[in-house]
Amino acid sequence: MPEPAVDVVLVGFGWTGAILAEALTAAGLSVLAFERGGWRTAPNDYALPFDQDELRYMWRHHLFQNVAHTTVTFRNSPDQQALPMRRLGSFLPGAGVGGGGVHWNGQVWRFLPSDFVARSHNLERYGAGVLNATEMTIQDYPVTYEELEPYYDRFDYLCGVSGKAGNLKGAIQAGGNPFEGPRSRDYPNPPLQMTYGPSLFGKAAADLGYHPFPHPAANMSRPYTNPLGVQLAQCTYCGFCEKFGCGNDSKSSPQTTILPVLMPRPNFTLRTYCEVMKVELTRDGKHATGVSYVDENGVLGFQPANIVILSAFMLENVRQLLISGIGTPYDPRTGTGTVGKNYSYQIVSSVNVFYDDKITNPFIGAGALGMIIDDFNGDNFDHTGLGFIGGGYLGALNTGARPIETHPVPDKTPKWGAGFKRAIADNYVKTVPIVTHGAVMSHRTNYLDLDPTWRDTLGRPLMRMTFDFTDNEHKMSDYLTDKAAQIGRAMGGREVKENKRSGHYDIAPYQTTHTTGGAIIGADPKTSAINRYLQSWDVPNVFVAGANAFPQNAGYNPMGTVAALTYHCAEAIIRDYVKSPGPLVQA
Amino acid sequence: MTSGRVTRRMTLGFGAIISAIAWLFPARAIAERIGRRLPWAANATDRPDRLDERPGYIFLSPAEAAFIEAAVARLIPNDQTGPGAIEAGVPRFIDRQLAGPYGAGDHFYLQPPFPRGQPTQGWQMEAPAQVYRAAIAAVDRWASAAYGRAFVALDASTQDRALKALEDGKANLGETDAKAFFALLLQNTIEGYFADPIYGGNRDMGAWHMIGFPGARYDLRPYVCRYGEPYALPPVGLTGRG
Repeated sequence: MPEPAVDVVLVGFGWTGAILAEALTAAGLSVLAFERGGWRTAPNDYALPFDQDELRYMWRHHLFQNVAHTTVTFRNSPDQQALPMRRLGSFLPGAGVGGGGVHWNGQVWRFLPSDFVARSHNLERYGAGVLNATEMTIQDYPVTYEELEPYYDRFDYLCGVSGKAGNLKGAIQAGGNPFEGPRSRDYPNPPLQMTYGPSLFGKAAADLGYHPFPHPAANMSRPYTNPLGVQLAQCTYCGFCEKFGCGNDSKSSPQTTILPVLMPRPNFTLRTYCEVMKVELTRDGKHATGVSYVDENGVLGFQPANIVILSAFMLENVRQLLISGIGTPYDPRTGTGTVGKNYSYQIVSSVNVFYDDKITNPFIGAGALGMIIDDFNGDNFDHTGLGFIGGGYLGALNTGARPIETHPVPDKTPKWGAGFKRAIADNYVKTVPIVTHGAVMSHRTNYLDLDPTWRDTLGRPLMRMTFDFTDNEHKMSDYLTDKAAQIGRAMGGREVKENKRSGHYDIAPYQTTHTTGGAIIGADPKTSAINRYLQSWDVPNVFVAGANAFPQNAGYNPMGTVAALTYHCAEAIIRDYVKSPGPLVQA
Repeated sequence: MTSGRVTRRMTLGFGAIISAIAWLFPARAIAERIGRRLPWAANATDRPDRLDERPGYIFLSPAEAAFIEAAVARLIPNDQTGPGAIEAGVPRFIDRQLAGPYGAGDHFYLQPPFPRGQPTQGWQMEAPAQVYRAAIAAVDRWASAAYGRAFVALDASTQDRALKALEDGKANLGETDAKAFFALLLQNTIEGYFADPIYGGNRDMGAWHMIGFPGARYDLRPYVCRYGEPYALPPVGLTGRG
């Protein structure tokens, strides 16, 4: 039976899908979203108290993408044989309605104004040498911080972010982040209450002349009703945010901020357990006619649509472009082509401070609870002579200290046996973790393409990831780690242990889910896959929403910027595209 | 690629889709078209599975169980600091995990072949249950050659040396990657020791008592700003204090 055409099909229904569906249906468009997982809601899927189950959710991946069906292949460099990532580790994409928005921490950041002009800014300040020009492939965004500010603001208020502004319309505010771009107004909620460890960090950092402030958190410091009229409850600091669903509706997710308003709308339909096979194009490849999909009975279908928006996890967005034949695949030897170009990530490290006399109870936490300094992020400090560009934030975060995952032990502790057990027993409640969260620039040989060998269970090629950290990342991360240790030593503990990120990128240990790039935003179709409105240069009725848009990764968590770009896209579709379908930017 | 099996799969094309559906969607999955409502299902809560309470082991053979018991007793020994892995019930935890969907690799990509790969490429083995079955037999063959007897028959300090040889990848287990197997065994031991007791380990929440973790406490607000004070209440599990 042929399906009736809709105005917009969404491929994937996490944060970006929900944002787009809400904005586009409010403007009167008919929207149909495909989600390959099932419906998810707190009472059914992560109710209290069993949402606080570390084994099931974290270690058995209950809410994550199941790689049994689709995964990526991975290698560090183009001369290696890529092999499938057979289990999740380094990053943890979501699955099901809400996507990663169900199990994220709620860390909501804005990129610095200079992050949007990373190439021209660094060239101007440090000269061409620092860019290592033939290998580093960073680019400017075709949008500015100032243009995105209203959309950042919209996401902050949708999510009820708890925080303290550091820059209100250019006026620096005590207690906030003095390095951030100007905000049009303060956060909708005050900061979370601060636990002991982060408060010790904040005091030491301030004494050293740095500028500590509370981490902006989509965890509610008080009950909140967002602009759509959806209510969230005050966070109880149970310490099960990251990798878990919140059974208390205290963490922003599509479920707790958008879906109660969106789902009843007559011009919205959601199809669960339906996997989009690819975007279908007209014979000349210049126009999308809709998507083909398969449901759980193996029934193939075709859904016609006027606009197709890829709104899955960024790796799947890039794969859909390549499988569908939209755009030219990137070739790392020549630097030509755009789809798959500038895959990037995050580089993280940590420091542990151990005490004999202070009980810090690190299990009291919330996903984005902590004290941070931004003095060493982006270009907030002079990089002259340092041999790298970029930076990151660092700080003491209490996301919760689940006991299978969290074993802060002093240096030279054995990894098993009586000494290991003794060290955990002695230190678990007397430690403060400091994390560093660094940018990763884009490089010529870090990219995505379709694997020539390995397939998913539907017979489609897996995404092949070729990625490694370079000298720029290692130097930058070591610099951040040393600064973290300096603050750690000022916190008055018995011992400070540095856990630097050394060697090649390893896909097994968890680091962050901040995979970026591969279908990047830009001003020129020769060097970017999508324009400033996330519109494909090659097929103008296809849009791509996600962190795939980042030309390189900044030193912040991606969701705030992903959301801002997505709102910016939705507004352009409503304001311009619907009236005059076609390219919104002339190439 | 050395094996023809993957290549054959590639040529199956669209016909393979129907057989792939069982992989793609969980048993209870039903594709839905949802509109004009906010779905919620009564009595359909996705609770964790109940532990199989039958006595003894389900997956592990007697010889395999003897190895697991001996090995985990060295990984987390019993002493005055707190319970050992045996006292916490870790062998039963591992047995039940291997007998269930985790052991079968329900969240692992298991398309063959299985070349070893680089150290940075992660897990390149079959499902956990198969790994344990093959590896335990291989460890005993290796231990018999290296030390003259099976692992369980070695004294404690020799067992520690043998485990160290596995950990360092210095034990030759043939097809089995010794280092990867050790990492798996240690990870599962730590899981059983610290997971909620509903999974068969962490008996009486002994590990949580030992370190001061309060378990599934819903509301920690009263303690956020009580700097330096020990958390006063005993731990609770997902099924309460029992």
